[in-house]
Amino acid sequence: MVPTSHTVTAFDEDMKFLAHKIAEMGGLAERMVESSIRALIKSDIPLAQKVITDDLVLDEAQATLDDKVVQIIAQRQPVASDLREVFSTIRIASDLERIGDLAKNIAKRVVAISERGHSVNLVRGIDHIGDLALAQLKEVLDAFGSRSVTRINMVRDRDDEIDAMYTSLFRELLTYMMEDPRNITTCTHLLFCAKNIERIGDHATNIAESVYYIVTGEHLSAFRPKEDKTHKIVVDQPDA
Amino acid sequence: MKTMLTEADNTVATVPAAGPRDTKIKARKVQVYYGDTHAIKDVDVDLEDKAVTAFIGPSGCGKSTFLRCLNRMNDTIDVARVEGEITIDDEDIYDKKVDPVQLRAKVGMVFQKPNPFPKSIYDNVAYGPRIHGLAKSKADLDVIVEKSLRRGAIWDEVKDRLTAPGTGLSGGQQQRLCIARAVATEPEVLLMDEPCSALDPIATAKVEELIDELRESYTIVIVTHSMQQAARVSQRTAMFHLGELVEFGDTKEIFTNPTEKRTQDYITGRFG
Repeated sequence: MVPTSHTVTAFDEDMKFLAHKIAEMGGLAERMVESSIRALIKSDIPLAQKVITDDLVLDEAQATLDDKVVQIIAQRQPVASDLREVFSTIRIASDLERIGDLAKNIAKRVVAISERGHSVNLVRGIDHIGDLALAQLKEVLDAFGSRSVTRINMVRDRDDEIDAMYTSLFRELLTYMMEDPRNITTCTHLLFCAKNIERIGDHATNIAESVYYIVTGEHLSAFRPKEDKTHKIVVDQPDA
Repeated sequence: MKTMLTEADNTVATVPAAGPRDTKIKARKVQVYYGDTHAIKDVDVDLEDKAVTAFIGPSGCGKSTFLRCLNRMNDTIDVARVEGEITIDDEDIYDKKVDPVQLRAKVGMVFQKPNPFPKSIYDNVAYGPRIHGLAKSKADLDVIVEKSLRRGAIWDEVKDRLTAPGTGLSGGQQQRLCIARAVATEPEVLLMDEPCSALDPIATAKVEELIDELRESYTIVIVTHSMQQAARVSQRTAMFHLGELVEFGDTKEIFTNPTEKRTQDYITGRFG
């Protein structure tokens, strides 16, 4: 059901503003995630600082968007597709804002990790899981832009892949720590970075679900196999 | 923790049992012609008992015309012709045996503009029961008048001036008086044709609150141009356009995820 224009053109302008703001926030969040991972891998502290300051811009964008949404609800009392769009916009903005926070958290760790130096081996896994999460984010932002749900299920499947990769990364970093206790500080930071990236994937999946709701008016089935199994991983004690 | 559990139990208890309500009014292949104009085309609809159904649609879409079929108000228009079948409790209301005056006692109506008779508040309400012989004595009539005014949620405001003219009340009070007048004949169905369009927001809220209470006792059909009002007061919504019934369904579904593009365009303010 492709919506035509509202009789009140200012309503159209309001809705365009929301879509535009989400695209803007999405672009920024994507850049922040990408930069934070690059900063981590290359120990690029100025780039990490840039991510940290960009987060303020993202927060402000969310505040502006929230204000606009409140105004639209008060002024236009949206219903049907407009209501779904307005409601989902709030959720998507909040997911993007969280993604920004997670990228900022990675950026903050760059400083701590860079001081100690690290081998390429340690961050290779992070690079890989980061690529997956970024591809995910791009996909859902495209889906939002085109209001297309054809690839939504793929997004959910790929999130499972991210979860699985996080689990294996968890094991890998644990092994490094057991091999050499001097790795513990760096590996712990990297574990948090990996967890952040895994969560970015979760937020991207949330966005995919919101887009699905905008387009169809229905919720994707709630059942999703949870593939992050790190809560079950323990270090075996040989004499226990 | 104990409180939370109690609350959860209450929530479950107050959720109305699922499943369809009984059908009160059934319309099949209804056509209305005004002279050569085909105003209602092939409308099939089942209106539920003890529920509010809202008729929405742009001006001239036929929603009021269809509403007026339900108590044969169109009979009063010479050029109007109604075809098809409309039953209330499975009785054909267009059957030759049916007396339209009796029918209208059973199917009450409230109009857009409050139209109290130029009589006292008491007589406004007592008029229907009197002509239909519903009261055996003055005392009986007093009881009916009080009960009706209470039903109309206006008793407290007028009980000390029942002999004052109904036309002296405020617009919102007049409309509630008209609702009281409509329920005085113990109808089963209440038809409301834009009952709040001449009222301010406070008076509108009072009438809407009243509609919500009346729903327990009557089948209510309301025509409204306010989308928000339809969303607030009704359980089912019927969307009309160019004399056709475009979509009919649960109000919450219609206002969040309508099936038909015409409904979507109309309720979101996109109609061409």
